[in-house]
Amino acid sequence: MIELRGVKKRFGEQVVLDGVDFTVDDGETVALLGQSGTGKSVLLKHINGLIHPDEGIIMVDGLNVATLKRAALAELRMRIGYVFQNGALFDSLDVFENVRLGVSDETKYKDLSFCQARVLECLRLVNLAPEVARKFPAQLSGGMRKRVGIARAIAGEPTYVLYDEPTSGLDPVNSDIIDSLVKRLSDELSVTSVMVTHDVRGAFRVADRLALLSGGKIVLQGTPEEFHESELESVRSFLKRDFETPEAA
Amino acid sequence: MATPALGVARLIGRLVLGSLAHLGRFAALCAEIARGFREWRVWIPRTVTESANIGAGSLFIVILISAFAGAVTAFQSGYQWQTSLPLYVLGTLIVSTVVLELGPVLVGLVLAGRIGARYAAELGTMRVTEQIDALESLGRSPASHLLIPRVLAGVIMVPVLTIIADVIAVAAGWYGVKQVLPLTDSDFAYGARAFYRPFDGYYSVIKATCFGGAIGLISCYMGFNTKQGAEGVGRSTTAAVVASSVVILLLNAILAKILLN
Repeated sequence: MIELRGVKKRFGEQVVLDGVDFTVDDGETVALLGQSGTGKSVLLKHINGLIHPDEGIIMVDGLNVATLKRAALAELRMRIGYVFQNGALFDSLDVFENVRLGVSDETKYKDLSFCQARVLECLRLVNLAPEVARKFPAQLSGGMRKRVGIARAIAGEPTYVLYDEPTSGLDPVNSDIIDSLVKRLSDELSVTSVMVTHDVRGAFRVADRLALLSGGKIVLQGTPEEFHESELESVRSFLKRDFETPEAA
Repeated sequence: MATPALGVARLIGRLVLGSLAHLGRFAALCAEIARGFREWRVWIPRTVTESANIGAGSLFIVILISAFAGAVTAFQSGYQWQTSLPLYVLGTLIVSTVVLELGPVLVGLVLAGRIGARYAAELGTMRVTEQIDALESLGRSPASHLLIPRVLAGVIMVPVLTIIADVIAVAAGWYGVKQVLPLTDSDFAYGARAFYRPFDGYYSVIKATCFGGAIGLISCYMGFNTKQGAEGVGRSTTAAVVASSVVILLLNAILAKILLN
């Protein structure tokens, strides 16, 4: 379970998170919505300790992330797969070595035959051909890079997967592929997922629950139905763009 | 109303605070590196690869520069030569100049530009493209994967390249001085040995080791703390080369004072 209570974060004079309360139950997929620059990625980075909060508590698997010692934090991170917005693939390594780095167990990481099988399995899960393993990130398309990033994140068989804008910058077809992939991975691997996105339609398709971050706070967290029925102005105006425009057209 | 004195005080305050912040971050990086040494299975193979890369990649430029430096030292010695001194002294002059000063300092400055810029640019790019965050998020230590191999490669390879540079520069000086003065090989060899102390060689290697460490640490620090995209990478790279060069010159003076006096 992931639980954030009263998390505050500021960068200089700019308040990014202003008392965020946010929970994700085991096995569910939660989409974190919000306009660009509202601090969604910052919030996600708090969950695996890449950013420390100024105030508040972040509990993952019953552990307070902000107070964990270095070794314990590294151990916790091995249970959290993180998919970066632009892939963040190591460009000096080929796809095989990139995905292999996701194998968090050091003994398994040293076992080349295990890694070969595991990397191919992860590539298959994200619908990539085995030949891709020998390519370098620069030789891949944007959509393929995102999928390799997902393969790396799941290579260590994590309990949690955090997706930072997995569909940003992709065309609708590739966005749908990634959304389906997130849904399928959640179902097949039974992982707990948090997906940061501003793609409302994708979020409604993939997530069990949604949360809207606005003004440094979570203004609503609930099921897709609860979002549709919400009378909150910030929720209505956020949803309006994605659900009313096609009908008007 | 702000007076000029207040403006100056603010400027000094900002400079002092900025310097203290740099010192704090540098100390944190050194502590991070010290902690990373426990993961020797990770950093040893990467150090070997990194050392081979910078050693092989820098060899040509080091040979070229040391050969020219040795030859020019010989030509200038020939130009300034006074007939009242015995010719074999030239052997002493060239060997001492090269081993004590020219070899380590020239190699240090060249490598500050070559590998310092490379390290800062590599790590800076990794920082702004979130590759370092990705490494951390995989539960892996950036110190053992990225920093220790680079710093140790500098500490190992700068002395090795300096020894090569010393040998090449002395050989070039030997050959060069024979082109401008009637000096025999035996005169040069006698002069080279007459006032040579084994400590001179150790001093050259000690200096080069310190320079290698300084280049590695400074350029890794600059790259690791890069911010603000491509412009930030450019700034870090320039800062790494300038700071490494300045620190090499400072260390050169400090080590000369401590070890030669």
